[in-house]
Order: sequence, then C-alpha cells, then structure tokens
Amino acid sequence: MDRIRLKAAMEAIIFASVQPLTVDKILSLCCTMKDCEIDKESIRSLLEELEDDFSKCNRGVYLTEVAGGYQLRTKSDFAPLIHKLNEKKPPKFGRALMETLAIVAYRQPVTRSEIEDIRGVDSGGTLRALLEKRLVRILGKKEVPGRPIIYGTTKHFLESFSLRNISQLPALKEFVELEDQDEEVFK
Amino acid sequence: MDANAGYKVKLDSFEGPLDLLLHLIKENEVDICDIPISTITSQYLQYIEMMKLLNLDLAGDFLLMAATLIHIKSKMLLPQPDDEDDEEEEIDPREDLVRRLLEYRKYKEASKELVEREVTGRDVFLLGFAEEVEKSSVDSDLDLSLFDLLQALSDLLKTSPPITSHNVNLETVSVKEKIVIILDRLESQEHITFKSLFDRDTSKDHIIATFLAILELAKRKTIRTFQGESFGTINVTKAYPARTIH
Repeated sequence: MDRIRLKAAMEAIIFASVQPLTVDKILSLCCTMKDCEIDKESIRSLLEELEDDFSKCNRGVYLTEVAGGYQLRTKSDFAPLIHKLNEKKPPKFGRALMETLAIVAYRQPVTRSEIEDIRGVDSGGTLRALLEKRLVRILGKKEVPGRPIIYGTTKHFLESFSLRNISQLPALKEFVELEDQDEEVFK
Repeated sequence: MDANAGYKVKLDSFEGPLDLLLHLIKENEVDICDIPISTITSQYLQYIEMMKLLNLDLAGDFLLMAATLIHIKSKMLLPQPDDEDDEEEEIDPREDLVRRLLEYRKYKEASKELVEREVTGRDVFLLGFAEEVEKSSVDSDLDLSLFDLLQALSDLLKTSPPITSHNVNLETVSVKEKIVIILDRLESQEHITFKSLFDRDTSKDHIIATFLAILELAKRKTIRTFQGESFGTINVTKAYPARTIH
C-alpha cells in the first residue's frame, strides 16, 4: 500500500473518531487493511507528515497531538465564525472553577479539604461542577481516618485545554516580591 | 421599612477572604511579604461591613479571616514576652497568613494561564461540536470582580450629594423595579457607564437597590460589566443574546 493512500486512511479515521486516537489504535486499524504492513515508527512519521500537510496548505483545520492521541481541530482564528454557526455564546470560565481546576491539576491526587485549605473557601460546589463537566474525576479514597475522596483530572481535561499529557502543564510560578519588582523563581 | 431586607444576592463561593486580601494588597501596592497589618485589617473590615450592608451572603470564612487578622494585629502590637530560651526566633505573626496567600496566588496565576490556552468549544472545535465544555450553573463570574464593583459603589456613596429632600412617606425601593429601569435604558443605549445608572437615585436605599439590580443582572448574564479604556470607568452593556426577565 502506498504512503499516500495510507495517509488518507489515517486522516479519515482521525476525522471520524473525533476523540483523540492513539498511535496504537491507528496502527491496529491500519493493519486490518489489505496489503498493509506497517509498524509504529512508520505510523508516527506518517502522522508527522500529515501534520505538516495540513499546516503547509493554509487549511481551516489542523492535526494535533493531545491527551495522548491525535485529533483534527479547527484553527482558532475561525472561532468567532463557528460561534455564529453554532448560535451559542462562547463558554466563559468562572474564576472559582478555574482555581479549583488548577489546584486539582497540579496537586492531584488531592482531597476536597486540601483544596479548601488553599482557596480559603468551601469548594464543594465547584468540585461538583467540574465532575459534571468531566474535567475532574474521583480517583478513590485516601487511606486515612474519614476516608476522604481524592480527585484528579481526566483525559477530557487534557483534550479541552490542549495538553498532550499532564506534565505539559506550565511550571508553577513562585513569585517573590522584592520591593517594587516581581522576581520569578520557577520551581 | 427596608424592602430589600429579604433580598439576598447569593454569590456562590467564588470569591473568598484570601481573594479579598490579595485584592487589598494589590490595591494598596504593598509587599505581600511585609503586609501593613493595621491598614489591611481595617480595609478588610470595611469591605465586610459593606457586604453586610448589601445583604450579601457572607460565608463564615470571611468572618473567620476577620478574626484572624485582628488576632495577628494584636499580636504585633503587644510586646513579646521575655523568653528564657534566647535561641528561639521571634515568629512573625503574619507568617502563616503570608504563606497561605502565596500558596493561593500560585494557583490563581496558574488558573489564569490555563484559561489562556486553546480550549475546545471556545477557540478550537471538533467535528459537529462534539466535545463542548459546557457552561455550568456554578459559573457566577462577573466580568469585573465583585470587589471592583464594591469599590465603585463605595466611591459613589462618598461622592453622592447629600440627601436634601425629606420624604415623609415611606418609600419602598424595589430591586425588581430597578432591574426594569436598567434594562429599559439598555434598550435605547448600547453602552452606559456604571455611574450613570445611579443618576436618578436620590437616597442611599435607591443606590443600594440599583447596585443589587446590577449584580443580579450580571449574575444572570443579562448584562456585562467591564472596565472602559479610561482608567476607572466601568461600563455596562447588554449581554449577547438578549434575554427577557420573568
């Protein structure tokens, strides 16, 4: 099977999948095609080529690696148009929600009271909302008296915020103020 | 008679005492590691009073922090007792609070960065809008923080002309009426300044009712409040799409 045909097949399944497709999944699907003998390495290089193809040609969509897989997305330049198409308001993110989410993302596994210690306010409502939006999930219970629930982020979170994996989160900035200047100490 | 007695704007736990303190520290342009505890405490207490005045739901956390601040302040004013053990370092009573503030601020900054990323459903889209990050009922975000609006209200109350008319009749001021007035004005004028919404308010009760109306409309996302180009001017517009009030 020639590369061009294979690339087209990959484009088709990534398009149809919507969810990010892992290299493994792409490999196993492609191997079901007639005359297709391919390995992981080749799939990866083809994906890179595909990524390039899209970015070279001034298209409205692009291929990206996110949440451990590959996904086709519309370019952010066209977001306003798509909102009009959608006839919906662009979602806004409340500060409470984002603060709680950031704490879970950086501190996971984390309990509700640990979150509340940092924020200084009750966070039950925001946690519930984050669970509903599937940005946060319950990992289990902590093996301490009271057996509090521990939380972590989801794959959907990675996908929504365009992260390849959790370690792609930008480093936390520890600000130390020296008189009028802010000196950033990256930890 | 206070018609607003039963009216409470419930703002879910999205702004807490640490948030308020960071705001005050920023406003006063002081060093977070060397907080002027007296000044900050009295300003903090002023805000609490204002929130009580507006009948805002005051979380216990706010009051706990007030007590904490007063405690720290008193510790700093009183001379330290003579310690037998001279090796023991004098602990700054603010230390724990500063640690908490720095910790909170770390995640606050991180959350701001997170929101700047490309987000599905807002900046980038998948086939058929499949995975949209939906709006949540907990999102009670005002474009401007509550404290920015409270600051504006406080400025307004200071500069409003003294009440000269002595109305004998008990005038009950309805927040609902104010809501209607505001929406009417927004029908004919796209942008209004926050200040101008209070033009016809002749008494403190009116001012407060108008303010509560603005908060309610902002919470319902019927209007938007934001800082104009000129420093300090707050503007109010209709939110898109327009919604009707029941």
